[in-house]
Amino acid sequence: MYRYDDYDQRLIEERVRQFRGQVERFSAGELTPQQFLPLRLQNGLYKQRLAYMLRIAIPYGTLAARQLRKLAEISRRYDKGYGHFSTRQNMQLNWPELHDVPDILAELASVQMHAIQTSGNCIRNTTADHFSGVAFDEVEDARPYCEIIRQWSTFHPEFAFLPRKFKIAVCGSAQDRAAIHVHDIGIEIVRNDRGETGFKIMPGGGLGRTPVIAETICDFLPKQHLLTYLEAILRVYNQLGRRDNKFKARIKILVRAMGIDAFRARVEEEWKVLKDGPNTLTEEAIAHAKSFFQSPSYSALDDSAAEATLAREVAGNSAFARWLKHNTARHKQPGYAIVTLSLKQTGFAPGDATAEQMEAVADLSERYGFGEIRVSHHQNLVLPDIRKEDLPALWRELTAIGFATPNIGFLTDIICCPGGDYCSLANAKSIPVAEAIQRRFDDIDYVYDLGELDLNISGCMNACGHHHVGHIGILGVDKKGEEFYQVSLGGNQGKDASLGQILGPSFSQAEVPEVIATVLQTYVDQRTEEENFLDTFRRIGLEPFKERVYVRA
Amino acid sequence: MSELNRPLIKNGAVVEDQWQVLREVPEQGLPEGAVIVPLAYWQEHRAELVQREAIGVWLASDQPPAALAEDLPKLAVVAIDFPAFTDGRGFSYGRALREHYRYQGEVRAIGQFLQDQLHYLRRCGFDAFALETADPFKALSSLEVFSEGYQASIDQPLPLFRRRAYI
Repeated sequence: MYRYDDYDQRLIEERVRQFRGQVERFSAGELTPQQFLPLRLQNGLYKQRLAYMLRIAIPYGTLAARQLRKLAEISRRYDKGYGHFSTRQNMQLNWPELHDVPDILAELASVQMHAIQTSGNCIRNTTADHFSGVAFDEVEDARPYCEIIRQWSTFHPEFAFLPRKFKIAVCGSAQDRAAIHVHDIGIEIVRNDRGETGFKIMPGGGLGRTPVIAETICDFLPKQHLLTYLEAILRVYNQLGRRDNKFKARIKILVRAMGIDAFRARVEEEWKVLKDGPNTLTEEAIAHAKSFFQSPSYSALDDSAAEATLAREVAGNSAFARWLKHNTARHKQPGYAIVTLSLKQTGFAPGDATAEQMEAVADLSERYGFGEIRVSHHQNLVLPDIRKEDLPALWRELTAIGFATPNIGFLTDIICCPGGDYCSLANAKSIPVAEAIQRRFDDIDYVYDLGELDLNISGCMNACGHHHVGHIGILGVDKKGEEFYQVSLGGNQGKDASLGQILGPSFSQAEVPEVIATVLQTYVDQRTEEENFLDTFRRIGLEPFKERVYVRA
Repeated sequence: MSELNRPLIKNGAVVEDQWQVLREVPEQGLPEGAVIVPLAYWQEHRAELVQREAIGVWLASDQPPAALAEDLPKLAVVAIDFPAFTDGRGFSYGRALREHYRYQGEVRAIGQFLQDQLHYLRRCGFDAFALETADPFKALSSLEVFSEGYQASIDQPLPLFRRRAYI
């Protein structure tokens, strides 16, 4: 884990003081609501339907046990005792009072946390693969570079008033677990022919009203140039991005309008000025960042002995067997496993955790791991370093707190934004739709039979629920004041990312579960033995699904 | 508001502004004294304007400083307009003036920027602020809200990662 030094600590404390002063000026009428708006947004404070919402940054989704305990404490003391983990690895509180927010920020600062730039037209929290550092298929750990980007982007004086928000994601693995193709800049750590690692830079991806898969601007950027190159991209965007229409202000629109080659030429021109300048990373700076993310002191374990223990447990316990198969992932270290905690139990809003659950997870991370927790953009939590021999005991404890639903990567592991229950932007509710689908598909064996399936729900075009890149996407739309849902198929967020195609006219909330059932039955009828949903869709296209769904009407 | 006629934050203090910003040039021509003219007017009347003792030019937010590249040695002030505080193009223009064109004169912010932007503006190379949206005396403290910055900037050319003591 990164640990703040005096510089980092001083800066976040100064930020708390600054925001306290801004709240006072606003309360005294010295700042208009319009003037206060971007100031509070750059501290993660939104106004929602019924209350303020505070979005707390969890840089690249990594938390220490004491930080998670602090989040629990804050949610209990200043909110209603729960928090929501978002698709950008942040945590949101739904009911804070404005006058408490400076105190909340001070509490966060006491555990090296903040809410800086979690909203507003600035560089947002940098997200990463939630398995960074423990994945077996990793070229290099993304977190040191994320921390370097975090520091560079924090209070960047030039880029705090961009045309629109700006999101960066980094992935260092063969498998993309950070949705890097649908970010304003996606960064993939790659290795070149000479065995050196560097970055593939992909600007201009994004979801929202105009979903776009990012294009590549640079296939291999040597490490030392990371910040100067990012700065060149941001500088071009800051000057040329559209400011006349907020729906056309994201970098994806600029890249598309210019064309990737013209955009690259412009960036390179800007980069000439910056390249090899003082922002060029030094070996020491990279080594320093990496020093915080060294592997913990793993024990030398006998992997086959651990596997044998698990096999015995599995033989007599089908519930454990299911969980083991689906909620644990291969770890780079023999004898260890990565455990995903499902925050997708039917009856609870996807991504929500109570203060008690957060505290329990913090305890488990210390008892069974090295006191570290990850947040995934799938809105689940991850315990990254668990001894295989401890898995049965951990499973029992997770079952007791409701985080052991064995559905990771399957239909009911739904990504879902807070939607119309909370959000003032939403056209429609999304949480009840997720719940209705989870209830409709309560037969876990059928869910397993369907294979890997991403079902993503957004309550509006802003696409916080990533509906465009769900194998099945559901989008809330407003039809003459009524809530309807548009279904799309064939989206994907991996390295072969694709955008979903709209099935047809939208449905009422009550119809959605049966529509999904028909879509899935169509897939089951058409699939070959080896195919998952996405494969079948890519082979047969939209038509067969369309015919089956709309024939009912 | 302040008691000064035309208060200007300059080099960390509030002073009386010696310059007149002409949003538009009056039909009867330029007034006496130090004036800051629109870019188009400068481009049209360059030859006569350089004869004046003191001349400055202001750039609208869609006029990058490249338009002045050749002229900068002749200008005592380049002002950059913020039509709305949310329009952040001027931050990049400030840096370009200082870093790219090595401009040494006054870089002044004019328009609708906020007190809360003073610190970032200063780090981007601005050294004068004609603040209209708040009392400049009360706003002075906002110049120094942060005692450090991570990035390379005009006031601190070395990023923090080059200044930290690594063990």
